[in-house]
This record gives sequence, C-alpha cells and structure tokens, in this order.
Amino acid sequence: MSGVPFPSTALDSDLPAHARSTWLEWISTVDHKRIGILYLLTTLFFFGVGGIEALLMRIQLAWPENTFLGPDTYNQIFTMHGTTMVFLVVVPLLLGLANYLTPLMIGASDMALPRLNAFSFWVFLFGGILLYFSFASGHAPSAGWFSYAPLSETGYSTRSGLDYWALALLGIGVGTIATAINLIVTIVNLRTEGLTFRRLPLFVWMVFVNSFLIIFALPALNATLAMLLVDRQLNAHFFTQLGGGSPILWQHYFWSFGHPEVYIMVLPAFGIISEVIPVFSRKPIFGYRFIAASTVGIALLSVGVWAHHMFAVGLGHAWEYAFGASSLLIAIPTGVKVFNWIATMWGGSIRFTTSMLFAIAFLFTFTIGGLSGVTFATVPIDWQVTDSYYVVAHMHYVLFGGTLFAVMAGVYYWFPKMSGRMLSESCGRIHFWLMFIGFHLTFFIQHILGLDGMPRRVYTYADHPGWAAMNMISTIGAFVIGISMLVFLANIVMSLRRGAFAGDNPWNAWTLEWATTSPPPEHNFDSVPPVRGLRPLWDLAHPGEQTP
Amino acid sequence: MKWAYSWIRSPGYVSISTVSMNLSVFNAASPQASDLLNLWNLCMWICGSVLTVVTVSIAFIIVRYRQHDDAEPKQTTGNVKLEVAWTVIPIFLVAILFVLSIRTARAVDRPVTREADIIVTGHQWWWEIVYPSVDAITANEIHVPIGRDMLVAIESADVIHDFWVPRLGRKIDAIPGMRNFVWISADKPGEYLGTCAEFCGAQHARMGFRVVAQDAAAYTAWLSGQASAAVAPTDAAARRGRSRFSELSCATCHNIRGENQQKPYAPDLTHVASRVMLAAERFANTSENLKAWLRQPDVLKPGCNMPNLKLADADVTDIAAYLETLR
Repeated sequence: MSGVPFPSTALDSDLPAHARSTWLEWISTVDHKRIGILYLLTTLFFFGVGGIEALLMRIQLAWPENTFLGPDTYNQIFTMHGTTMVFLVVVPLLLGLANYLTPLMIGASDMALPRLNAFSFWVFLFGGILLYFSFASGHAPSAGWFSYAPLSETGYSTRSGLDYWALALLGIGVGTIATAINLIVTIVNLRTEGLTFRRLPLFVWMVFVNSFLIIFALPALNATLAMLLVDRQLNAHFFTQLGGGSPILWQHYFWSFGHPEVYIMVLPAFGIISEVIPVFSRKPIFGYRFIAASTVGIALLSVGVWAHHMFAVGLGHAWEYAFGASSLLIAIPTGVKVFNWIATMWGGSIRFTTSMLFAIAFLFTFTIGGLSGVTFATVPIDWQVTDSYYVVAHMHYVLFGGTLFAVMAGVYYWFPKMSGRMLSESCGRIHFWLMFIGFHLTFFIQHILGLDGMPRRVYTYADHPGWAAMNMISTIGAFVIGISMLVFLANIVMSLRRGAFAGDNPWNAWTLEWATTSPPPEHNFDSVPPVRGLRPLWDLAHPGEQTP
Repeated sequence: MKWAYSWIRSPGYVSISTVSMNLSVFNAASPQASDLLNLWNLCMWICGSVLTVVTVSIAFIIVRYRQHDDAEPKQTTGNVKLEVAWTVIPIFLVAILFVLSIRTARAVDRPVTREADIIVTGHQWWWEIVYPSVDAITANEIHVPIGRDMLVAIESADVIHDFWVPRLGRKIDAIPGMRNFVWISADKPGEYLGTCAEFCGAQHARMGFRVVAQDAAAYTAWLSGQASAAVAPTDAAARRGRSRFSELSCATCHNIRGENQQKPYAPDLTHVASRVMLAAERFANTSENLKAWLRQPDVLKPGCNMPNLKLADADVTDIAAYLETLR
C-alpha cells in the first residue's frame, strides 16, 4: 500500500460535470472520511434531540408533583431519550470516529468495503428517522429503551410506537453489524507494511476488539426484536406467559446483547484516551501489551455478565453468585487500564490542552462510574440499589462522564485533522469547565437520591425529605451541561470559519494520520512513512534511535 | 395536529397533599436492611480507598508533571512488576467483596421453609395483599407484627413490578407466571413506605404502599378485623351509596366481601375506611380526597384503570358515605 500513487480523481471524474454538486457528492460518497463526518454530524443532531428530551425530563422532575409533563408524555420522552442516546448517539458516534480514523491510522486509502460503509450509514440515518416518525404516528414508544415484556406486548402497549421502535433498531442493528465486519476486514487486510498487530495504535486495537463484540452482541438484539415483532404482529407468545412464553426470556436475550453493548459504547472511548494521554504527556503509552490484552479480557468477560441486570428477578442464588463473580472480575482489566493511563502521565511533560483536560476528567469520572459498578456486582447491594436513581447516576458516570468525555477529548484532538483548522482553546476551556461542573452537579446527587429510595423512571414523586432539593440541584446541573453544549457548538461553527490553520501535525503526535495533510486528500496518503515501531512519526523524528 | 396538542398539553391536577416520609436505606429498620447496609459500608471503604488512590495520583500528576520546557521526558514504556501489582491487589479486593456478598445474601435471603404468611400481587398500579391463613384481603397496606419474620410471596397479575421497602430490605420483582419470596421483619413499630421499582407503565410513579409494623396484640386485632365481612350500613346516605355502588357498576371490579364476589381486578374495598392512604399512596384517606377521586380518577392518576363514570354529586356523596362505613 505504501507509496503507491492513487488515482485520486477517478470517482469524481466518472460523474458528469453538472452532477458534481456538493450535496450529491456528500450523499453519494463512499469515502470513509466523508462517511465518518456524516456519522458525526448526524449523531451531533441526535445528541441535541436526546439532550432536549433530557432537559424536558429534568424540568418535570425539578420539584415534587410537577405537572409540566403528564405521565404518558414523560414515559415516551424517557424511552426516546434512552433509545436515542444509546442507538443514535453513542454507538454511531464511536463508529463514525472509527470510520474516519481507522484507515488513516493504519495507512490505508479507505475502508475495505466502501459501498457497504455507505450502506451502514444510510441505514442508520433512516433507522433514526423511522424511530422519530413514531411521534407523527401519534405515539412514540413508551416502554423504556429496554422494553421489558410483557409491558412491551400488545396487551399493554397497544399503539404502534413499539413497532416503530423494534423496526428502527433492527435496521440500525444491521448497519452496525455491517460496519463491524467492515472494520475487521479493513484492519486485518489493509495495514501498511510493517504495521503488525503489536504496533497497532491502541485506538485501532480497541476498535478491532469492539467490532468482534458487535458481531457477537447485536445479532442477539436483532433476533429478540424480530421475536417481539412476531409477538406483536402475528400473535405469537415468545414473551407472554399466558401463551406459554416467558417474560424473563426477553430479559435474558435483551441483556445478553445489552451488557456487551455497554462495552461496545466504552471500548473505543478507551482507545481515544490511549491516544490522547501519551501525546499530551510526551511519553509512549505505559504497558501497551497490558492495555491491549485487558481489552480482549473485558470483551471476553462482557459476554458472560448479562444477568447482573436481573438480580432482582429472583433467578436463585447460584445464578446470582456466578454472574456477580464474573461482573466483579471485569473490574480487574478495567482497573489495569486506569492505572496504565495514570502511569503514562507519571513522569511526563503534560500539556493541558482542552483535549487533555477532557481525558483527565474522563479518568476521574470513569473511575467513579467503574467503582459504583463494583457495588452492583456485589449482589446484595444490587438488591437495594438497582432500579433506583443510583443506577441512573452510575450509568451516566460511565456513558456520559466516561464515553462522552473521552469523545470530547477525541473531538478536540482530531478536529484539526478533519477540518484543517484548530478549535479555539479558550472557548474549549469554557466548554470543558461548564460540562465538567454541570455533569457532576447533575449526576453525583442522583447516587444519594437512589439510596434515599427514589426509584427510576418515575414521572413525578412525593415530597419526601430532601428529594425536592436534590432534584432541583440535578436539574440546574442539566442546564449547565446544556449551556456547555451551546459553547461547544459555537466553538465548532466559529473555528470552521476562522480557526487557526492546523498544519499536518499540530500536536506533534506520532500515529500515521498525522503524516498526511489536514484534511487528508481523498486517497489519504501520497506516501505512507515506514513503520518500525509503535510511534512511526516519533521514529522519523529520531532517526537512528532505538524505538522505545 | 391533535397528536402534537395532546403531547404538549399536560393534565391538570387537583392539588392533594401527599405523604412525606423518609425512605433512606441508611435508616435500616430490620435485620435484613441492617445486613445490607453493613455490606454497603464495607464496600464504600474498599471503593473509596481505590478512588482516593486514583484521585490523589491524578492531582499529584497535575501539579508535578505540568510541562515546563520542550525537553522530552524519559520515554518509559512499562513495568511488569507494577502491572502484576495493580492486577493482583484488585483481585484480592473483589475476592473479599465476593465472599462477603455470599454471606450477606444468605443472611438476607434465607431459604423458603414454609407457606407464605402474606401474598402480595402487583397490579397496574396498585398492590393486592392477601393473608391466606385467615382469608383477609386488602390493598396497598401490609401489616406485620414486630420482631417476627414474615414470609411474603410476590406475584404479578399483569406486567413486571418490583416490591421495594428500602428501610426493610431488598427489592424483589413481581413477575407474571412466577412466584418470588422475600422475608420481612421490622425491629420497631412504625410505618415504612414501599414503592414499585420496576417500570410498569403510565402510573409506575404512583404505585406506592406501606408496611405498618405493630406489636403482636394490635396486629392480631387488625388481622381479625380485615378477615371479617363487611357490615351493612344503617345510615340513610350510606344505604343509598351501597345500592348505587352496585347499580353504577363499581362492583364489577371492586369486591366487598359479604356483598359480592369479584375477581380481584381492582382493590378489595371490604375495609377501605381502615386504610391510611388511598389509590396506592396517592393521597391520605380523607372524605374530601375520596370524593375527589370518585369524581376524577383519570385526573388524579392519568392512565389509571378506574374510569371516570361522570358521577352525579349526590352519587359521589352517597358512595363516599358508604365507603367510609367500611372500617
């Protein structure tokens, strides 16, 4: 692959001159960079929608007995918030980044299967539109993003929202699986000369492992959704006890997808952190092999922990101990990662860019989320705290304080590569501090609310001691996050127009994507530098030195 | 645009004060809840130490390793001894948690050795309470004697619910077609609030109940009262209310033992006037609240299964008068 000139205008020149409009170029593109950016813009849009839904919920919960939203509306909105954030934001956001970065980081000119790549994006976009079309049909789904049977069956959810939900997720799921296959094929086949698996950037490692996890987990969801649709449309009884089915079966199927999904939503984020922290500490990653191996460990364990979502079901102690033990074990490889990131910074020369601030904030908040995860794996504690606001706090510490902070670190880090311009650092700092403070204000207090007995998924609550004040604090925090997002948007818009030019390698980073122009040409590289270690650009800058 | 309108509009409420009580797991009021709290505290020590190590390290790094010049720091790539240390120490910590969690689980969830003392069935959106030994049926209010272990069977009549009294112990799901068990025992007389903890539809938020712990004598008296049939009223308004209750089809869903025998589709009202709260902890059991509920159940609990029968004022007054005699 390296050094081979690429016919850069081949695809464009096939088009007639009058069809070369920008819109058509974007719609018909099979370029992984454009598809990656389409993913990112689409998820940004859906993040705005899901965020507004979150703010509506927080207004309703700001004080006891509020009447801003009725129960039916609230239940639709919390269902759509969860479904949107999981399926239309976090997963495609990470897939978008993986799409943009993977070929660049391995010195390839595109994904292995560019047309499949375009298919994945469009099926995701139309899945999202289908999901939101349910509002126009009169009623969005309202059985939660987990849609437990039999509440999700026609006996209790008579309107069509659940059918839109199942069909939309089926479509999105197919697209996600296609992307995972594409990423695996790309990483196995298109690595540049010398880029062995032992020299693969950790982001690519995580994406690689993650893609296998997707291939194992998503089909379980798709099969389950098909069964639910057969139940709802053809009166089958997979999940209704009256016809001989089992509501618990839904939970087993759903969580055997749902818990690997949690790691699908966090492994690429680990990859981002593993790229950002070394670059801004001016040191190679500490314990490369241990981070890569612990990722494989997490992926293997993650397919055997699903029943820890079901400790209140009454499965019996033997099941609960087994799944408690496997869940506790996941803390080990996760801890290994955190300690290695800390050790990478230790002794470094740290540049506190916005990207690095988000990465450090990730370390702190994700550690809290990981440790509260340990409390769930301790089975009897789970019996008390599950399905309370404590879970809401935990899961947002992992997915918002974890994944989304990491993604922000990644956006500030790679935006110059994607756009050719730097994001404003001063604006970035305001964004960071507002988001960091807003996040902890919103979610820390929810741990205590849960321990004080507030169940989750309630549209209102009585004026129990302390609940009103804690909920108000949480609502204020949510609006601070909202403001931070406006600052972020403003930063993007202004920087795209007036940002400083980035140059090829503004951060003095070491992986291959920084060896080409910003933004890269359609064929990515005119020539790929030789790879003889983990940090090809460091090796180029230190000729003759042994690569550490 | 009807859908858009109905989506934006929020239902108005009759303002009715609700109960306020502490539900904190830190206020453990039973041996089971105390066991769970002890395990929680220990887990907090372990997790808190790990968090402290991480946080202090990060803080130290931020202060100590800020970039001062362009010199490249020492390029270290790893240390196997350290890797082993931060793998083995956490294994040790989670092993402690695992052993203790088994010990606590066994203490809290003792084996089921006999028939259930109480059968609790979750309905959308209320709790049916049956004392099988004396055939007493009530709703949303569980009475237990203090100091005695009561075995409670948990079932569901429709979707999945979850039985949770934070101050008395663990959550347990109510699952259709399945019977779960939970042990309840209260240390001291008092009232302990419970709630549904599994999302179960429109009124999941308003599916509360309470456990009333009493000394043995008071409990026995209460139980024999609940087991008896309803006594026909003598007062004129209440007598009118009694006949309107069946004429207006209230009796199609609600059972009053001694009057009619229905499937438990809606709360048993045989002794409704003896209860502290109405409509699954929606509001206190007062005459005004009862009348407001009879007039507009769909407004007080939007989505609930009790229909608004558009009762005439006279009927509301009479039926309320009748229900208030059902002590």
